[in-house]
Amino acid sequence: MSKTFIIIQREFLFRVKKKSFILLTILMPFIMVAIVALPLWLSTIKDSEQKRVAVVDATGHYFEALKDTRSYHFFTAPSVLPEFRSDTCDVTAVVLIQDDLTRSTRGLTMYSREEISQELLSYVQTCIDQQVRKDKLSASGIHNLEGIIADIEANVTINTVKWDADGGETSSSTDIAIAAGFILTFLIYMFVMSYGGMVMSSVTEEKTNRIMELMVSSVKPFQLMMGKIIGVALVGFVQLAIWGIMLALLMAVVLPIIIPEGAAAGNVDPSMMAQMNTPVDPAVFNGGDNEMLQALQNLPYMELAIMFVLMFIGGYLLYASFFAAVGASVNSADDTSQFMMPMVFIMIFGLYAAMYSIENTNGPLAFWSSLFPLTSPIVMMVRIPFGVPLWQEVLSLVLLYGTAIAFVWLGGKIYRVGILMYGKKPTIKEMMKWIRYK
Amino acid sequence: MEQFLEARHIVKRFSSHTALDDVSISVPRGRVFGLLGPNGAGKTTLIRIINRITAPDMGEVFFDGHMFRPEDVAQIGYLPEERGLYRKMRVGEQAIYLARLKGMSEHEAKRRLIMWFEKFQITEWWDKKLEELSKGMQQKVQFIITVLHKPQLLIFDEPFSGFDPVNAELLKREILTLRDAGHTVIYSTHNMASVEDVCDEIALINRSHVVLTGNVHEVKQRFRTGLYEVIITDGDISDEPEKFCIVEASECDGLRHFVLQKNPTLSNSDLASLIARHAEIRSFAEQLPSMNDIFLQVVGGIQE
Repeated sequence: MSKTFIIIQREFLFRVKKKSFILLTILMPFIMVAIVALPLWLSTIKDSEQKRVAVVDATGHYFEALKDTRSYHFFTAPSVLPEFRSDTCDVTAVVLIQDDLTRSTRGLTMYSREEISQELLSYVQTCIDQQVRKDKLSASGIHNLEGIIADIEANVTINTVKWDADGGETSSSTDIAIAAGFILTFLIYMFVMSYGGMVMSSVTEEKTNRIMELMVSSVKPFQLMMGKIIGVALVGFVQLAIWGIMLALLMAVVLPIIIPEGAAAGNVDPSMMAQMNTPVDPAVFNGGDNEMLQALQNLPYMELAIMFVLMFIGGYLLYASFFAAVGASVNSADDTSQFMMPMVFIMIFGLYAAMYSIENTNGPLAFWSSLFPLTSPIVMMVRIPFGVPLWQEVLSLVLLYGTAIAFVWLGGKIYRVGILMYGKKPTIKEMMKWIRYK
Repeated sequence: MEQFLEARHIVKRFSSHTALDDVSISVPRGRVFGLLGPNGAGKTTLIRIINRITAPDMGEVFFDGHMFRPEDVAQIGYLPEERGLYRKMRVGEQAIYLARLKGMSEHEAKRRLIMWFEKFQITEWWDKKLEELSKGMQQKVQFIITVLHKPQLLIFDEPFSGFDPVNAELLKREILTLRDAGHTVIYSTHNMASVEDVCDEIALINRSHVVLTGNVHEVKQRFRTGLYEVIITDGDISDEPEKFCIVEASECDGLRHFVLQKNPTLSNSDLASLIARHAEIRSFAEQLPSMNDIFLQVVGGIQE
């Protein structure tokens, strides 16, 4: 046991001390925040320059409807002057209205030297449409028709409410549930792939540099395999933990700076949070932010956290021991692809199954693929925010851990023989034979 | 003589060929045992069986008087022919890690390592990554790692390959020092020149069989050719068909060189006194075959 510990210690420290690990671990949260924050920030600065748009209005009626925006300044011109066509002119576009638009919908033309931006086009369209509509309504002669129509167009918002086991009501948000499930799923997928791959390449390296011949006299191959799998997992946990903490801190610091109006949603005072935990009539919260927050509050956090950790460990154990066995069987890193292919295929299938399961989280695809041990760690996480019966969770875990233990055992057998076997081309048949070796 | 390690009737078959066919060797305690043979004879397979890296199809290994137990491998230090350590790890860290896996405490490992590093004058390598060292340097490090935990049995597979003569000599001395300290050494090689300097006992494996075994001097005696080199200054000698005949004769600076073939019934002193009667002897020496000659004779003879 203590030897396994020494191996875990080395595998962990060796990786954590690497420059590439330290760099990636520290930089990644900044990169992620930058990916989120940069577009937000850019969108706030793009309006700095106001462009000039000339309006040549033959009717003299519509110019009023085109109010200046932050990006565009509208001014009247008597006619389409020749200078508008020249490169040196600072007029971006010309709006030419030749006719009363209530009678002829084709009376409006826009000219410009460059492609007209979608933003300007839709703005002009909306303004003119509204004006035309207003004109037509007043032309009908019915008193206060505008007010009547505004009244008719009630915008119904749907509050989604989920009944929990006790019949109590909780506010839910499908979007938030999808996001939460998918982030967790993706984390598991990424982690298993990258760290499982790390186990494999490191085993292959140990085999090709023949260090095993030295080690085999002091440790059992199984100790070596488990030491490596656990050591690498710890590296992953540390990395995830650092990322989580740094991301939370960065988000708290950066987001309020970038979007000041969002700061209110980010810094809810604790008393309000406490209030939200108690079941309250969802109708009380009308603001969009509050609904989002409440839906966030109502995710089954405890369940998510426990299942995430369990699924994570089970899935990693399963795939990592498979990868270790493959790494020990091949003679060089180039030979791994034939074994990797089916596994990667299954994992990608799992990822797609997870995506399609979102649409129907209790459908047959979601159900079966969240029980099948090779895909369950990926698919199950998508389902949990929507609520999964306890028996399914337990069954899925039992199947996953049963298979994981079987994989560790079989992987250990293959590893033990494979790591010292040189020159033989590993085939499935050969590996089956290794499993039977005493 | 007490046998430290015995392999009895070892058979190992691979799918296409038999690597070892009924091979038995006895390694006496506290000696250097040379495991000799041409490439592909089965030396490394035998070593891997002794190390329990592979299992034999038949046969047994006895270690220190008892049937080999799995825990006995801890008493073996093995320097494989294909050297391998972690390329990206620092030399000192790596050596301590491997030593700890052998059951040494970190403190003790460090103490012994510093001693060895000073002995080999390589202390400045401690914080270097292994891949920064040359091949010969890496081998020095690996040699230290092999012997560090003072195992009873040391197995060196081609330890001198890749070493310059100075370092090969250093290593040779260390191997003999280890032997004198009571370690049993198995030394596998196909380089015969070093065998006579280092080995006490040998076994020659060729084509999966042990074809020659015994003490180095004994083996040499066995391969006596009955040829003598005699240098005389005065007088003359001529064939005496009952006793000896002249194979070769030459003269140089007044010294006459002869190579004589002795009749096996005649003793050395008889021959010497016989010659002394006719001539003044400057030098009289039996031509003992070198291990290289024996190797060529045994292996070459079988292959013909």
